[in-house]
Formats: sequence, structure tokens, C-alpha cells
Amino acid sequence: MSTPLLKVENSPFNAEQVALLNQLLGTLSAEQAQWLSGYLTAFQRVLQAGAVAPGGAAPAVVVPSVSAVQEDAGSGAGGAVGGGGPVTVLYGSQTGNAARLAQQLAKRAKAVGLSVAVHCMSEFKTSQLKKLANLLVVVSTHGEGEPPDKAKEFYDFLFSKRAPRLESLRYSVLALGDITYKQFCHTGRQIDLRLEELGAKRLRGRMDCDVDYREPADQWMAEVLAELTATKAPAKLALVGAGQAAGHGAAGHVCTGACGSQGQAGLVSLSLPAAPVFDAEEPVYDRSRPFSAEVIENYNLNGRGSDKETRYVKLLLEGSGIRFAPGDSLGIVPENHPSLVDDLISAMGWRPDEPVRVGKHDLELREALLQHYELTQLTRPLMEQLSEFSTDGLADMVARGDAEAMENYAKGRDVLDLVRDFGIRGVAANQFVPRLRKMPGRLYSISSSYAANPDEADLTIAAVRYQAHGRARYGVCSVYCAERVKPGDRVRVYPNENPNFRLPADPDAPMIMVGPGTGAAPFRAFLEEREELGATGKNWLFFGDRRFRTDFLYQTDWLRWRSSGLLTRIDVAFSRDTSQKVYVQHRMAERAREIYDWLQEGAYFYVCGDQKAMAPDVHAQLRAIVQQQGGLSGAAADDYLAELQRQNRYQRDVY
Amino acid sequence: MSRYEPPQPPPEKLSEVEHNKAASRFLRGTLLESLADRVTSGIPERDNQLLKFHGSYLQDDRDLRNERAKQKLEPAWSFMVRVRAPGGVVVADQWLALTDLARRYGGNSLRLTSRQAFELHGIIKWQLQDTIAGINAALLSTIAACGDVNRNVMCTPNPHQSKAHAQVWQWVQRMGEHLTPRTRAYHEIWVERRKVVDTRDEEPIYGPTYLPRKFKIGAAIPPCNDVDVFSQDLGFIAIVEKGELIGFNVVVGGGMGMTHGEPATYPQVGTVLGFHAPEELIDVAEKVVTIQRDYGDRTNRKHARLKYTIDDRGVDWFIEELAARRGRALQPARPFEFTERGDRFGWTDGPDGRSHLTLYVECGRLRDTPERPLLTAFEEIARAHGGEMRLTPSQNVIVAGVAPERRAEIERIASRYALDDGSGGSAVRRESMACVSFPLCPLAMAEAERYFPDLMTRLERMLADAGLASEPIVVRMTGCPNGCVRPYLAEIGLVGKALGRYNLYLGGDRVGTRLNRLFRENADTEEIFASLEPIIRQFAAERKSGEHFGDYVIRAGIVAPVTSGRDFHSPR
Repeated sequence: MSTPLLKVENSPFNAEQVALLNQLLGTLSAEQAQWLSGYLTAFQRVLQAGAVAPGGAAPAVVVPSVSAVQEDAGSGAGGAVGGGGPVTVLYGSQTGNAARLAQQLAKRAKAVGLSVAVHCMSEFKTSQLKKLANLLVVVSTHGEGEPPDKAKEFYDFLFSKRAPRLESLRYSVLALGDITYKQFCHTGRQIDLRLEELGAKRLRGRMDCDVDYREPADQWMAEVLAELTATKAPAKLALVGAGQAAGHGAAGHVCTGACGSQGQAGLVSLSLPAAPVFDAEEPVYDRSRPFSAEVIENYNLNGRGSDKETRYVKLLLEGSGIRFAPGDSLGIVPENHPSLVDDLISAMGWRPDEPVRVGKHDLELREALLQHYELTQLTRPLMEQLSEFSTDGLADMVARGDAEAMENYAKGRDVLDLVRDFGIRGVAANQFVPRLRKMPGRLYSISSSYAANPDEADLTIAAVRYQAHGRARYGVCSVYCAERVKPGDRVRVYPNENPNFRLPADPDAPMIMVGPGTGAAPFRAFLEEREELGATGKNWLFFGDRRFRTDFLYQTDWLRWRSSGLLTRIDVAFSRDTSQKVYVQHRMAERAREIYDWLQEGAYFYVCGDQKAMAPDVHAQLRAIVQQQGGLSGAAADDYLAELQRQNRYQRDVY
Repeated sequence: MSRYEPPQPPPEKLSEVEHNKAASRFLRGTLLESLADRVTSGIPERDNQLLKFHGSYLQDDRDLRNERAKQKLEPAWSFMVRVRAPGGVVVADQWLALTDLARRYGGNSLRLTSRQAFELHGIIKWQLQDTIAGINAALLSTIAACGDVNRNVMCTPNPHQSKAHAQVWQWVQRMGEHLTPRTRAYHEIWVERRKVVDTRDEEPIYGPTYLPRKFKIGAAIPPCNDVDVFSQDLGFIAIVEKGELIGFNVVVGGGMGMTHGEPATYPQVGTVLGFHAPEELIDVAEKVVTIQRDYGDRTNRKHARLKYTIDDRGVDWFIEELAARRGRALQPARPFEFTERGDRFGWTDGPDGRSHLTLYVECGRLRDTPERPLLTAFEEIARAHGGEMRLTPSQNVIVAGVAPERRAEIERIASRYALDDGSGGSAVRRESMACVSFPLCPLAMAEAERYFPDLMTRLERMLADAGLASEPIVVRMTGCPNGCVRPYLAEIGLVGKALGRYNLYLGGDRVGTRLNRLFRENADTEEIFASLEPIIRQFAAERKSGEHFGDYVIRAGIVAPVTSGRDFHSPR
């Protein structure tokens, strides 16, 4: 590919600049050109931010990318590369992360002069797909490889026979997920492969992000934007974010930092130094800069004799400036269990007070392990990283690339098991610790209304405990909250928007809420908000759990709201009280006619809670109700529900 | 005809319960709907008021109340279900059915009440209809076991006078039947469990709003006043001559309940009005009930018992009103004498070759614990016996009319389970009673049944130290002033005021004809023992031969005698 010389006519530069640039460009190696491209992208952002230092100091974080990006779609075209054209950003978001990233991407694209349109997948007319020139997809994956609710229709279309050939399309996919799930970034991967199959060309390989998506997402954005602006750049260059070791190929780039959107995903923790920066509109407190909130109350909502423990945690947010809407969640960055940390330190023969490097700071080892690294989950990349310290089985397992064996091993085991089982010791803490996954936060739906109590946030946290491999195991955050956080203590929190789980804008709109177990959490906020605002819409809650007597979370709140008339109806199912298990979907079936009537009146239908069993069962029941009560065919019932989703009247927050 | 126009208070003065009864359509209210509500295991107060007429009411585990409130869980609601047993008589199959229901729904516990009824506790709402249906299937009923109606009728279950007992019991039982509410609501809610359209209800005796307050009837067979005939709204004293029942003395206007701090409320002993023949019993009872129906105070539930109606208007008025309604006067009262109040334990032989075994049950509580599986023990006895079982007014059990060939087996069971036939334990413990109170009773202010065993152990020691180890003193303890075990007729009465604190009353007589008087107010248990100890020692030193503790404290001037309930609150 020949590089056309810059001229005053084909560039924004004056004659002097053209001369200087041509002089320089002629001497560049491919690698230098790539580096420079990245530099200039970052330079331009700094210019826009108006913060460039005199003399044009380089942004601190720009480093050369490791390897080549995708073939230029416009290769072969002569002259000023004509691959331009408008850019379409499509996102599929469940918890709001993908939506937020898509908006940031669009902003940055505009800033570099691209014409860009952003759509939620559910709002995108699939008939337009074949007309697109450049497509950037930001999509998350949930549970066992599920696309977000609002991505389903687009996803199904893409995999249907109706999907058009897309030979003239250039694209790239940013996939969000949680590496602890088997089907990590499955939705993004599938979309990426399918677009290729349909003839589209990659602008850049797919980037798979773990829960700590900030840095890899930034890297991916910089690179695709560089690619898209290649019409203005003389060579194909890329900007790569800092700190990520892994390379990327056509199969995609896996980022193994901490963070996420797969499952009850949460994020990050480290107070890392100024990473590639997002918009200034970001909240003051976020994953990497959590707010230290005082715990006002912390007690078990389950009555005596229950086999469950659900913590009611009330946090004081006064002075944080954190605002939240009903449906939003709050992330908690937990601390590891001290005994696990101590056992690991002793198993490795380390000293608790030896210094280790965390970001820019030296911390005492014990402190670093307590606060900053995840110890309770094993991921495949982590096992690969640590295999080099192993003197036996682990190295073999990794060398064999035996994914199944690694997955099976990882189930229910932690870092302590790994070092014990594979005889890892004698490794310096400074060698070992940086390879650990950063401590992810855990997101919990806020159970209270900001409008009603702006200085407080109530959380509903189910303590997870189980036995595996001869040891008692636990959910790191839930048991941290259940056992070690006392009123008066402080916990690290950050707000997390959930734009796909929102009260109806119309205060008169009826709503049906299905929230068994901790799934009831956001609905307490919904009702508190509606009570506070005097919203007059009818409200109907379906709640379920194991036992009426001990497990009826927030029972007195629901009863109070029922008495006051705010809660128009409430139906409950307790699975362990009867010989035949009864769940919320069974109660829905008993109320089929009324549910359908409410929907016909314009009711919003919300589901929150368990993703694996409950949400599909509730969906199937809803579909059956619509089919039966509306006299519809199966396909028509699906359309009915899809239409509900398009109107944002069927919203889910499942995990 | 009535000499006076019965009062007709304006509606706005009527108590809330009166309005609720009036609107209830003969005790239906919204009970069916409330029972079907899955969101709460309780029921609204308005339905609870009506449920009482059906023999049940709402309770919660008081031990957990605060803890659960904090946990945003409603109180641990459950229901008490009371089973009528007129005169305390059931047959073995019914006993077995109740035992089975107690195991299935009632937390393995069956209680024998101080009114000769059974109580199941801890019934959860979802099983209440099954429980009551099960009781009905055993040909027993819960209707009117509580509520503003005539409750379970009491009758001395005395096995020593078999013939007189049989006659009295039959009359009493028929009277109880006669005064049972007729509403079909009971059948609808508990048996059919659905609304029945177009039912026509009539309450020929009670009318649509029933009585102003609870109404209690008991019949005593002298010389035993086990039913505390003077504590009843309406009492009958059987007059037996040569083993034959010749009629009853009528006693009216007794009652135990009062409210702390409200001197206008007080316990009262009934007044003997006169005598009538046995066949007049039902008519007398009905007319007394209708007088109370018409004249009882429906504006203030704390002033609504028959005792206040009579005290306000005078006994003479009542006698005339009764005579007017009956169309005839009572005969002059016949002489009678009470010499005992407690049960005679152990075996007694009847003239018909059958024998009776009276067994002590502490606080009337039958449940299975690893050390004492009492529920199982009595279940086995009922099975082996196959005949009649009687509850005594002191919460004990009489295995009645045992055939000679079954006696050995029953003896073996009683001995295997170490049941108390009066040969073990102390007299004071066997004479004494405590109510249910914490954790279940909604009215409880202080412990009773749970603290009673310890109280007794300390009192036994104190008596033994004074050389009175076998002295039978009647001690009665309640957790609140409503008086379920009739504490104001005890020689030593303890009435709960707050956790760990009681009013101490002294000076009731041994046979239950005299009220006691307040001796220490709001005392903790240490103060109670500290004040009792010198009196007991003094009693041991100064008592006359055969003198009982309650009489001694009067003679010694420790408290002044109470001659009428209206004198109850005056200082000692």
C-alpha cells in the first residue's frame, strides 16, 4: 500500500506543516507509524480537553500496541482511503455498562470528526443493517451466555435466515462479560463471528472484557476510532491503553483485569493512577474511586429457624453527592476473609507486612490481599498465569490446554486451594500478587428511594455459604457484609446506573413486579418512590421465597403499603411450606386474567432475581398467559412480549 | 315482663365491638376472606373479635415480637383454639382425636383449661380450618368457647358421687346446648369453607349482637366447690339429698376480671338468689342470660359483665326481673356446705364396680418432652381405657368409669410414665394453678405457667422449713388481671403487672367463697418471698387446729377480709 503524499489541497495543513509532515512521514517504519497514530489520537483528546502541556507532553499512558490490527477494509482503494462513511454504534445492555460505553464511544467518534449514530439494539430497525457502512457493537453477556433482554430480538434476527449479506460492512465488537462464567462474553463472540460469516470485515478484532472493562474498552475505542479515521491518517496506527499484557489476534482480545457485567457483576477496586480517562461527566465516585460509606444498620431479615440469611444493610451516603434512581444498584468493594488471607500468606511462606506494589503504591502484603485482589474465584487466565509457578499438575493441565479440566478444577475452589493442590510456594509475593485478578465489586439493587431518603441507601444482601472440597466456602462480599461489617464501620461503595430497569415515566401507569427472594429489593425502592411522589398508578407485587414465617422479606413494608392502598395487590408463594413446591409463576397462573387485563391497561411488567430458573419460568408463564388470555398463537404471544419490551414495558434485572 | 325499660344507648356510645357484631351478619364478618389472605398469617382485629365466638383467637409469640418487628417480619402469629367439653367430659376417641390434632397442628401440646376445656395453641392460619374441621369430625365443637356468649359450662366432675354427678352433668350439658349460638356461620366457615348464599340466621336467645360480654356458667356439687361457683356469672349449687339431685341454688354476679389502675373494675363473688327444681334449670339460665343481654352495658366493655349489671341495679331488682321473666319466683335457697375445692387424686371405686383415677397435670399442660412425654402417656391411657375422660376445674384429668379388667393396664401406663396420682409431689403444688401467659397470651404482662414450677419449688422449701411440708395452700398465679385461673379466690394470689412483677393478694378462703386482698403491689419475686416468709412462719406457730392459711391471715389481722368486690380495692 502506497502512502499518498500530503498536500495543502487534500489536508487541513498549511504548506509549512505539509512540508514538515511529509519529511517525517517518509522516514517512518510501520511500527513507528502505528505508535504515532496512537500518540496523535491521545494528543488530540488532550487538546480537546484543553489541558495539553506546553510542548505537547505525551499522555502518560500511550504505549505501542503489540501486534497488527485488522486488514484495512478499504485496502486496494487508492488515494485518500475511502472507507469512511457514517458510523453506527449498536449496544445491547442489561445493567447499563454497555449503554454507557456506547455513548462514550459515540462522543469520542464525534470528537474526531466522524458522523455517528447510537442505537439500543431493541430500537434499531434491522432492515437498515445492510445499508450500514461501519458498525461498532458494544454488548454484554449474562448468566450462562444470555444476551441482554433488549438485545435478544436483534440477536435472533442476526442469526435468522432473514439476516442480509453484509459484504460492504466494516465492524468491530466490544464484548462485556465476567470471566468467572463459562460462557464468557458469549454474546459478543457470537455476534462477531456471525458478522464475519455474513461477509462483514473487521475493523479491529473483538475485545472481550472482564468485569474491569475500563482499560480494555478504552483501548478498543482508541483503536477502532483510529481505524475509522484512517482517511485522515496517513497510515494504519493504533492506540493501546496501558497496562494490559495480553495481545490480540483475529479471535479477539481478552482482557483479564477485574470488573464486569456478566452475572451480578461488579467492578474494580483499585485506586489506580489516572488511567485512560473517560468523560468528565463520570460520577465522582465510581468503581475505582469508591465512597467510604458508614453502615447505619446491618441485620438479618430472615427470622429464627430460617435456613437463609439475608442482610438488611443501611448505608449513610450523606455528603457523597451520590444520587440514584429506583432500579439502580450500589456496588460494594468487599474485603477478603482475614483467615483466607492469613492462610494464603502462611501457605506461601510470605510475611504479612512485606511490601507489595499495588498500582503506584507500596502496601503491606496482608492489606493488599485483604483489600485489592480477588482470592475466592479461579479463572482460566489466572490459572494460566500462575501455572508457571507450579511444579506439577497445573502446568501440565495448562500446557494441555485442557479447558474442561481447568473449569472443573476451578469450580468451588480458590487461590488457596490452587497453591496447596499444586505445590506452589517459594514464589515472591511481588511476583505472585500482581497476577491476581483485581478485587471486583459486587452490585446490589438499592432497596430504598433517593427521593424519600436521599442520605441513605438500603441494600438487601443474601449471604452465600456452602461446602465444597472439604472447606466452608462463601460469597466474598455477602459474607463480608454478614459477618464482619458492623454498624459504625465503613464500606467502599459506588453507584451503578441501571437504565434498563426504571419506573414507568407515567406515574399513573400500572405496574406488575415479580421479585422473589432478593429480587424484591428494587421493588421496595419502586414503591417507596411512588409513595413519596404520590404516584397513583396501580402496583402489584409477586413475591416468593422458601418459608412464609421466616423468609418473607420486607413483609411489614408490603403489608403497610397494602393497607395504605399503595400496593394494590400482592401475591406470595412459599416453596417449602407445602408438599408441592409453589413458586411465583404458579401464583401468576392463578391470576392470569387479571395480569392480562393489567397489561392491556398499559401495565409495566418487571422481573428481578434469579436468572437461571425463575426468570425463564416467569417468562414462560407470562407468554402462556398472553397466549391463553389473548387468544394468540405462540408466535403472536412472542410478538406481544417483544412489543412490550420495545415499549420498555417488560423490564428485567436478573442475575 | 320487665319492670324497667332496658337501656338503649345511642349508637355513637356503643363500643366498637358492638358495631362490629351488629355488622357481622351473625359472626361472619370477612373471616373467610381473611383466612384466605396469604400475605399475612394474622387476621384483622375486627375478624379476630368475631373469631372468638368461633372458639379461637389470634396470638403471637411474645418472645419474638420485638425481634421480628425489627426484621420487618410480622409478629409470629398463631391461633389458640379452644374446644368445649361441657363439664369437662369427653370420651377416649375424642381424646385421641385431639391428641392427633395437637401433634399435627398444635406443636405437640394440648392444654387443659381451668374451665374444663381443651386448648390447642400455635395453630397457624393455613391450618386453622383443618384443625377446627378435625375437632368437629370428632363430634366436638369450638363454637362459643370464647366470645360474648355463654362459654363452656363447668360442672364438678366428682367421681365420688357418681349418680348425682351423672344427673347434674346431664342437666348442665343440656343447658349448654340450649345456650349455644345458632348461627350457621360456624358451619360455613369451618366445615363447608365457603359462603352459603341465602342463609337465614336467627338467634332466639342472643339476638344479632349476642351478649355485651363473656358469660360463664358453672355448677358445683357440694361439698366440693372445684368450679368456683362464686366466680361464675351464673352458678348453680346442686342440692343432693340421699344421693338424688333435688334442685339447684342459683348464684349470680360473680366474675374475676379487672383492670390494673381502674378501681371501677373489680372481681366479685356471686350472690345466692334462691332455689329451683332441676327441670327449671334451662329456663332459669336462659332468663338470666336475656336479662344480661338487655341490661348489660354495651358502651364500656370493662363494665359489661353481669356482676356490674347487678351491682349497679341491686340484687333485689335482679330477683324481681328474673321472676317477671320466668313468671314465677325462686324458692328460698337451700342450705349447702363447701368443705373442699381441689381434686382428690388417685383411685376411687364407684358403687357400680367401676373405678376412677384422678391424675395431676402441672398447669394442665400435656406435651411430649424427652423427660416427660405426657401427651403420649395420656394418649396411651385413653387408648387402653376406651371410656370417659374428665377434665377437672383444676386442670387435672379423671380417667372415669374404668372397667375392672382395664384397671391394671392403666395402672401400668401411669406408673411407666410416672404420672402423679397424688402420692408424689406436694399438696401446695397440687392445689395451685397458673395461667398460660407468656409467650402466647396476648394479654400477658408477666410470666405465669413458665415461672410457676420454680415458684412452687421455692414455696415448698419455705413451707418445709416452717414444718408445713404437707400444708395444702391454694396458690394461683396469672400473668394479667383478667383472672383466668381465678386468682382472687386463692389463699395466695399473684397477678402479673410487668415482667417479673406481681401484685400479691392474701386472704381468700380455702373453698373459694371469699375474695383475697392486695397485700404487696408491683413486687418482684424476691420481695414476694421476703414478705411471705415471716407470715408463713407466724402461721406455723400460731395457727389453730385445722385452720387454713387464708383464714389465718384474716384472723391475725394481716389483711382485712373482703366481703364484696366493691370493697376489693380498699386498703388492708
